[in-house]
Amino acid sequence: MYSKGLKPLSIATVVVVATWLALVFFYAPLDADQGFVQKIFYVHVPLAIVALCGFVAGGIFAIRHLRSGDRSYDVKSYVAIHMSIIFGTAVLITGAIWAKAAWGHWWVWDEPVLVSFLVVFLLYCVYYPLRFSIEDPDRQARYSSVFAIAAGAFVPINFAAVRMAESFTHPRVLSQTGGSMPGEMRLTFLVGILAMTLLFVTLWKFELSSKNASMQLKRLRRRLEATA
Amino acid sequence: MPALPLDEAGKYVAGAYVVLFTLVVVYIAIMAAKISRIERELTDLADLADKREPDEREPEIERDGEPVA
Amino acid sequence: MIRTARAILRKDLAIELRTKESVPAMTLFTVTVFVLFHFGLDRDSLDGELASGVLWVTLLLAAVIGVTRLFATEREQGGIDGLLLAPVDRTALWLAKATAMFVYLTALELVAVPTFGVLLLGPDLFAALPVLVPILLAANIGLSAIGALVSALAAETRARELIVPLLLLPLVVPLLIAAASATEPLLRGDQAAEDLGRWLGLLSLYDVVFVLIAVAVFDFLLDD
Repeated sequence: MYSKGLKPLSIATVVVVATWLALVFFYAPLDADQGFVQKIFYVHVPLAIVALCGFVAGGIFAIRHLRSGDRSYDVKSYVAIHMSIIFGTAVLITGAIWAKAAWGHWWVWDEPVLVSFLVVFLLYCVYYPLRFSIEDPDRQARYSSVFAIAAGAFVPINFAAVRMAESFTHPRVLSQTGGSMPGEMRLTFLVGILAMTLLFVTLWKFELSSKNASMQLKRLRRRLEATA
Repeated sequence: MPALPLDEAGKYVAGAYVVLFTLVVVYIAIMAAKISRIERELTDLADLADKREPDEREPEIERDGEPVA
Repeated sequence: MIRTARAILRKDLAIELRTKESVPAMTLFTVTVFVLFHFGLDRDSLDGELASGVLWVTLLLAAVIGVTRLFATEREQGGIDGLLLAPVDRTALWLAKATAMFVYLTALELVAVPTFGVLLLGPDLFAALPVLVPILLAANIGLSAIGALVSALAAETRARELIVPLLLLPLVVPLLIAAASATEPLLRGDQAAEDLGRWLGLLSLYDVVFVLIAVAVFDFLLDD
């Protein structure tokens, strides 16, 4: 029963998201360098952190799937990756908007986190064609899990590599907001992470519940049509 | 680059938050489509189950064409 | 396990020697791409980061060709079922395929790198070789480990030729970053190796992590 606990979770999400928005626009101070544009930071970075954690969670569910053979873990892995791709799209778009507003270009190669994220995003986009080109359901689940594990391990290595590459040629530009944040900004940022995490988990459960309903319906149809 | 004036900056910030909101709403729309499909399926299956009930009462007579001894 | 791996490897290398399908194609592709770069960039000689980038991207694209064909013989002749029926560790299969890929890559580079030195490279290649060779070998290890895994992942899918490049290329981005950055100072006029330790360190980390992962998960692939 994937929808168990979904209602309190949704309510919590609404409350935290509302609090977060209020904090961003009414509480957090204005940034000295970037002015009002810096507010994008509070949506872009929490989204990125949650998306990356979602990818890694997909890998962890995949490990549990392979070790136990329980296919429900594979579904959880798939939906986590699916949600992370959706959140990832938001990360890239908000990142581009921020780059345009702050530095005049829609894309900057100087920012290692954004570049790493693009590579990770491109990799995980291949999850769908891989998964849906395998017809046998058992094999589909197993191969998807193998991919999720390899890709999950890839995420930290990729971030380390890109960071190493960029720090030689370009100074790190976005880190000034991360380094010495005043308390109010830090609080808003943390609430933002909580808000995005709750949003992720709520949508994840929602999607799982819907998938499960479809699967049960298929089961029911098979039984009814078999004996008809 | 110097900080943008508030009216210009506002458009970009609004754009970023609107992106998030739009994605969530698009997701809701997709889920709405899924739910209506589930509802249709469920109704179909309920009809299927209903239709079967009356048939099951007389299988012997129908199938063999001979009176049951 | 090693014995099984060696047997499979010997068979693969024998087939490759006889049919000459993978390595000549990869080599021809590489040289052609060098020529394309000459026309595309409109340059007679490259050095430094441009040379390093052209060399490594071309090698990676050639690797894609090799990886796509890694399990080709098994698929075409149904040899996989024979292998799977035998009570062997799947890991032996991975080891054999990865080693085969390593051999193909090394053979490719024996021809491709001097060709690059002749066709496109400005500074002298010989002086760079002593440091370039370990970088190439370290990169080959990572490429082979990941390549064997990706090839198995894509082996059973219908859209094999599309999935392999899409899977392989993002996964080797850290390897590309490390290898190209390490090679870049070697191909410049002054040819002093900078920060070699750091980049070789990243390459080694990449190799170790993905060898471990490949060994850990390969058992779950290629089942019936």
